[in-house]
Amino acid sequence: MRLEPIPAPSLARRLGLPLAALTATALLAMGLAALAGAAPAEVAWLVLRGAVGSKFALLETLNRATPLIFTGLAVAVAFRAKLWNIGAEAQLYLGAVVVVVLGTGMLPWPAATLLPVLAVVAMLAGAATLLVPTFLKTRFGVDEVVTTLLLNFVALLFVSYLLEGPLKDPMGMGWPKSPRLIPEARLPRLAEGLRLHWGFALACIAAVVVWVIQTRTIWGYEMRTVGLNARAARFAGMPVNMVLVRTAVLSGGLAALAGFSEVAGAKGSLTLDLSPGFGYTGIIVAMLALLNPLGVVIAAIFVAGIFVGSDSMSRAAGVPTYIADILLAGSLLAMVLAIGLTRRRVVWR
Amino acid sequence: MSDAAKAEIVLRLEHITKRFGPVTANEDVSFAVASGEVVALLGENGAGKTTLMNILFGLYSADEGEVELFGHPLPPGNPRAALDAGVGMVHQHFTLAENLSVLDNIVLGTRPIWSLSLGLRAARARVMTLMTDYGLHVDPDAQVATLSVGQRQRVEILKALYRDARILILDEPTAVLTPQEAEDLFATLRIAVARGLSVIFISHKLHEVAAISDRVVVLRHGRVVAQAGTADTSRADMARLMIGGDIAAPALRPSAPGRALVDLVGVSTPGIGAIPGLRDVTLSLPAGQVTGLAGVSGNGQGALADLLAGLIRPTSGTLAIDGTTPTDWSPRTAIAAGIARIPEDRHGTGTVGDFDLAENAMLERYAAPPMSKHGWLNRKAALGFADRIIAAYDVRCPGPTTPIRLLSGGNMQKLILGRVMEVAPSVILANQPVRGLDIGALTYVHEQLLAARDRGAAVLLISEDLDEVIALSDVIHVMSEGRLSPGFDRGTKTAVELGEWMTGAGFADAA
Repeated sequence: MRLEPIPAPSLARRLGLPLAALTATALLAMGLAALAGAAPAEVAWLVLRGAVGSKFALLETLNRATPLIFTGLAVAVAFRAKLWNIGAEAQLYLGAVVVVVLGTGMLPWPAATLLPVLAVVAMLAGAATLLVPTFLKTRFGVDEVVTTLLLNFVALLFVSYLLEGPLKDPMGMGWPKSPRLIPEARLPRLAEGLRLHWGFALACIAAVVVWVIQTRTIWGYEMRTVGLNARAARFAGMPVNMVLVRTAVLSGGLAALAGFSEVAGAKGSLTLDLSPGFGYTGIIVAMLALLNPLGVVIAAIFVAGIFVGSDSMSRAAGVPTYIADILLAGSLLAMVLAIGLTRRRVVWR
Repeated sequence: MSDAAKAEIVLRLEHITKRFGPVTANEDVSFAVASGEVVALLGENGAGKTTLMNILFGLYSADEGEVELFGHPLPPGNPRAALDAGVGMVHQHFTLAENLSVLDNIVLGTRPIWSLSLGLRAARARVMTLMTDYGLHVDPDAQVATLSVGQRQRVEILKALYRDARILILDEPTAVLTPQEAEDLFATLRIAVARGLSVIFISHKLHEVAAISDRVVVLRHGRVVAQAGTADTSRADMARLMIGGDIAAPALRPSAPGRALVDLVGVSTPGIGAIPGLRDVTLSLPAGQVTGLAGVSGNGQGALADLLAGLIRPTSGTLAIDGTTPTDWSPRTAIAAGIARIPEDRHGTGTVGDFDLAENAMLERYAAPPMSKHGWLNRKAALGFADRIIAAYDVRCPGPTTPIRLLSGGNMQKLILGRVMEVAPSVILANQPVRGLDIGALTYVHEQLLAARDRGAAVLLISEDLDEVIALSDVIHVMSEGRLSPGFDRGTKTAVELGEWMTGAGFADAA
């Protein structure tokens, strides 16, 4: 068996393979559901209905997709420039910390000024978190995969310390949680009576902004060039290290917005389980979206739908929710394979 | 000898056809090699020589046809089978582990992985015998990283002989050698054929083919256009067969050098690993002159190219552009100073493969109007610029939105050429500008360089191909281990004399 390159794959190949990948994953999950003793078609129907089958389910899915759009964008932006940011989790938490510090009464401002300030300061905190590994990379050649990954644990332990100490809610009955945000620091709902907050709209706007930056501005052009061929970028006179720094600011900032949106929009306070791995799932989202910022929105909704749908299916059919993890892991592997095969064909001998 | 040897055919290629998508690299190629015979495979770059040899070696599998070795068909797509059958290949780019010794490199991969002993003592004895028998002398304990290119080639040949190769394939073996080293290689090959080995010698240099081969097979556009005994064919005939017409030598008008546009005085730069930097180099590039830089690869030409491209700065000495020493020296300032840079590696440094032609065309000028304004890209300007280059420099492509990786090397090079020439540069740095190009593109690039010279540009032509340097340059310098020879005017030094400088003889500090 050998692989032969295809220089110019057809459109059918570029769209068909990813779709085939997702179909194959769905079939795999249905097979597993059958093994767990449920009817596969029913399980698939229950997942679909639980994800988008009612207004409530759809809104739940979009709520769950919101932080994934931000972390997916953060990863997509960084990976596009070949800055391997595995630390969206840490950036998310430090963004959330800043929101809690400033938003629990320290800045007694009206919502119209307070919310933008909180968002911007959270972004700065996230940017700073990613700038440390970026600086180590550009200055000393330290591998950012290792540093950003390990910083996730550092950040989580730091938040744990804060919640047990300085940021602990005195009214919290001893639980490690922060005080609640003042009402002015809460993101309003998109419409009265709708369980969807402004974080989702902000995430969609962010996706469009990132897309415009990447395709229409010289900063985006520089990021793409550095990612595709850093030597050519240097030869053409691009400030490669500066480009990486800008990428880090954007990526870290986007990941921190996930923290801002979860605290100010969804939860209202900070706990250690604010993120059930949104930072890591963002990597899956970005890869499924082929690093396209607009694709990130779709991929995030897809991934959130699988989570929400599987939860609901699990309650109804008694199949473990781990099937959601298998679906996600399977779809990622199948997608990576599909991307690899888009430009190559297998020759059997 | 060839009469007696004709009895035993060791290798037979039958109707080999290989296509890459729409491109047919080899079409219905058939020829045979007898034992004790040197067959030259002659053809322009892109004629399909390397593809054919990769099929023979089992790296590619042919779409049609078959390879027969010593009377047995060779299973396609399996390099191991070719190795075991006694085919040894010396690639253009060597495949040695730099951090290992010569002996380790030769033995590497010949022992089963579960074997506890490397059998080094027996191996050493065998390697020493091979060295004496074939006149291939290298210190077996030297680390490969410390060896010269010629010595590394000897190690590659020893590797093949150690694996009992009966057929040696040499892909452009002299491209990186000085004329003297090439003579040594030929002596070794004569010993090898006298001992019954067969040699396939791939080249596009006619004088070498005439000197070493018994028979010549000429490839053009992937087809065999002629097979003949070397003695029965004149060089002019070979050239005509290879190119499919007569070569027009570039018309050379006398040069009229003007003032110096680039001045290096006592410049040194740091080396990278085993590759030296510049050592106290003084060079001036006058307007209206082609300055040629000859030398064996890895002798500091890269450092000089990087310096002029703005990628590195002198550690000592001064660099002046048109009389003034730049305070800040970077790729951007080099471009702004009017230096047109044609990089050595057009895939790795010159272009971004996944970008389209327009995005590649604007690489060096994206940060200023009309390509962008206040940070916003002007896609229309980029497309227009690419269209202009495509039309003016005859870039064959479907359009400016085609990814550049789909273009041939020649068309890629024309885009790079257009990108830097469109702004009427005063200095042109051409590093290996025609490597790997077919004759049409090669002639075109050379004409453009000479036209730029006649317009008053200072051209620096860096090439490992001594013939190219001699053909185009008004003044020739030679580099060896980071040192620069004095400039020799056109016609004052023969290739052999320049070759001596390439080996380091003639420099003031030569031992």
